[in-house]
Amino acid sequence: MASNSRKTGVLAVATASVMLLAIYMLFFYLPPIKDEAGEVLSGSFRIFFFHMPIAIISYLAFGVVFAASILYLRDKSLKWDIYARSAAEVGTLFAFLVLVTGSIWAKDAWGWYWIWDLRLTTSLVLFLVYLAYTMLRKALEEPEKRARLSAVFGILGFISVPLSFFSIRLWRSAHPLMFGGNTGGSGGGLEGTALQLTLLVNFIAYFLLFLTLFSVKVQNERMEEELDSRRYAE
Amino acid sequence: MENAVSIRELSKVFGKTPVLKALDLDLKKGEFAVVFGPNGAGKTTLLKLISTLIEPTGGSVFVSGFNITEEPEKVRKEIGMLSHDSYLYGDLTAKENLHFFGKMYGINGQELEKRILQLLNEVGLATKADERVSTFSRGMKQRLSIARALLHRPSLLLLDEPYTGLDPGASLVFENLLKSPEFQGSTKLMVSHDLERGFALCDRVLILNKGKFVYDGFKVNFSGFQEFREKCGSMLT
Amino acid sequence: MIRSFYIAAKDLKAEFRTKQMLNSMFIFSLLVLVVFSISFGDFLGDTEKVEKLAPGVLWIAFTFAGMLGLSRTFVMETENGCLEALMLCPVDRGAIYTGKILSNLAIVFLMEAVTLPFFIILFNYSLGIGTLLLLLLILFLGTFGFIAVGTLLSALTLGTRTRELLLPVLLLPLLLPVLIPAVEATAGILAGNSIGNLIPEIRLLAVYDLVFFVISHLVFEHVVSD
Repeated sequence: MASNSRKTGVLAVATASVMLLAIYMLFFYLPPIKDEAGEVLSGSFRIFFFHMPIAIISYLAFGVVFAASILYLRDKSLKWDIYARSAAEVGTLFAFLVLVTGSIWAKDAWGWYWIWDLRLTTSLVLFLVYLAYTMLRKALEEPEKRARLSAVFGILGFISVPLSFFSIRLWRSAHPLMFGGNTGGSGGGLEGTALQLTLLVNFIAYFLLFLTLFSVKVQNERMEEELDSRRYAE
Repeated sequence: MENAVSIRELSKVFGKTPVLKALDLDLKKGEFAVVFGPNGAGKTTLLKLISTLIEPTGGSVFVSGFNITEEPEKVRKEIGMLSHDSYLYGDLTAKENLHFFGKMYGINGQELEKRILQLLNEVGLATKADERVSTFSRGMKQRLSIARALLHRPSLLLLDEPYTGLDPGASLVFENLLKSPEFQGSTKLMVSHDLERGFALCDRVLILNKGKFVYDGFKVNFSGFQEFREKCGSMLT
Repeated sequence: MIRSFYIAAKDLKAEFRTKQMLNSMFIFSLLVLVVFSISFGDFLGDTEKVEKLAPGVLWIAFTFAGMLGLSRTFVMETENGCLEALMLCPVDRGAIYTGKILSNLAIVFLMEAVTLPFFIILFNYSLGIGTLLLLLLILFLGTFGFIAVGTLLSALTLGTRTRELLLPVLLLPLLLPVLIPAVEATAGILAGNSIGNLIPEIRLLAVYDLVFFVISHLVFEHVVSD
């Protein structure tokens, strides 16, 4: 236990320092960005540099839920359930942040808080699946049953998200492409080392944040299990 | 001779609570064993494990030579379960219920028709065959559920508190069926609260307490129910 | 496999005897259509608007009416411990799932087929036989995906205290990938598109149906094991 919490402490310090660096780069290192017409984009464009890492990590977290759920169903060990529920909780937070940062950016860039574009809508679906997962957990009391049923839902939910992506793409696609050749619309290609470096540092910062929150959560859950089992033993 | 049931080091843990602790048990073919025990001793869990409804945490169970975790479907074919639930569909008639379960156990055509007729006669419901189960009285439902459990001629009968709520008529039908030539050869494992009735029917007595067998002996060892109660009553709390 | 049919036949026999589920589902979906039709009353003559709204309304009616039925499918099994009896039968758990899918599919599809004429009347469509067949194909594909997930989640919510409330909360987010292409395809058909223009939608529906049927089939045993 003690060494675990020390590791978490180191992780937290690392997260904080990279996060500071990321924020610094965002405001002072990043050069002004011009679109194809040569006009400087508004400052809200900087949101992209943490919006995208947060979005990717919110999917990654659900990937952890998915993997832990499969492992739980395979060997019915409650440790996998701890990983699944911890990742789900942190993932819900990240998915929520995606929606918030996306909306703020959308308001500035297009004048609307919400647009039904492909990625934002997929993130909304992810968030809703997370919420449903949480609701299911809350509706079940017996630990073994809760772990088993939410594992099943975790698997289904993870599979439904990419399918949602394709069906939303079919339905509507108006989002600016950030990478690749086709840079039409209101966005622009991301080139230049300064931009890529800033994105990379931001990505590392939010990934570390996820790791920190995740390991703190896992430790809390373990302690709670410990408490429960001692209470039963008496 | 191969044992009807063979249990080795069987354990079951729910969450962190151990319910069964390394049980061993062998039942010979045709044996009638009854398991007594206080509430929460793990009696129902034992039956659920043998009938493949739940999986063991450790150890193994063989029914007629089939491993319950490796060949559950073969095990289920051997088992007839009579529980305190009737296992009947209220919106279907008596005959339709038996038809459905018969087919599920792989009995078909003429054979199934004959079998259903015979069982309905034996449990005294031949005249009610085409009536909906939801219109049946409690006793009639119980008799039909006995017919349901015996439909596929199981070699192992699992009886989960069969006397709970069984009315006198159904009890009599039940006991007569158990003694009928057809089921003389089948192995029976009963879990019960009803010491006197359980003792009267069985030839082997087991007492399960806190997940372990604390007694295992034959009825012939006792002069009668009184002696059994005096000697073993204390193990039941 | 044949035993899945036995289970479905048993369900349908019980259902057609009382028609409880079928009737309430049909009346519910009809009510949804009527309510929308009334609230759109002002522009029902405006073909362009109707074409945009009606397909969504149809699927809202089907989804919510279907959910009403799904929440009941395993309730009948629990009344006398019948689910346990099914699990004691010498079939694998997947066969029970498939059987339940077949009966749910038949019941919900029937409800949809009976509702459809009312939809055509209320929203003033005139459809040729080819269009109608195409529409039935989409209804089938969409309904299959809906039932595949819905049946599993119906079993999953069985052991929870707030069963009826929880089922829609869990089901709707997972249904999005089937509802969007279904609504899109329905809109396309009603606007007179041929099957050639609907390939992307049909492909997505088929993929969804297949993926969720296979996965649900695999995990079903974990849902019903006690």
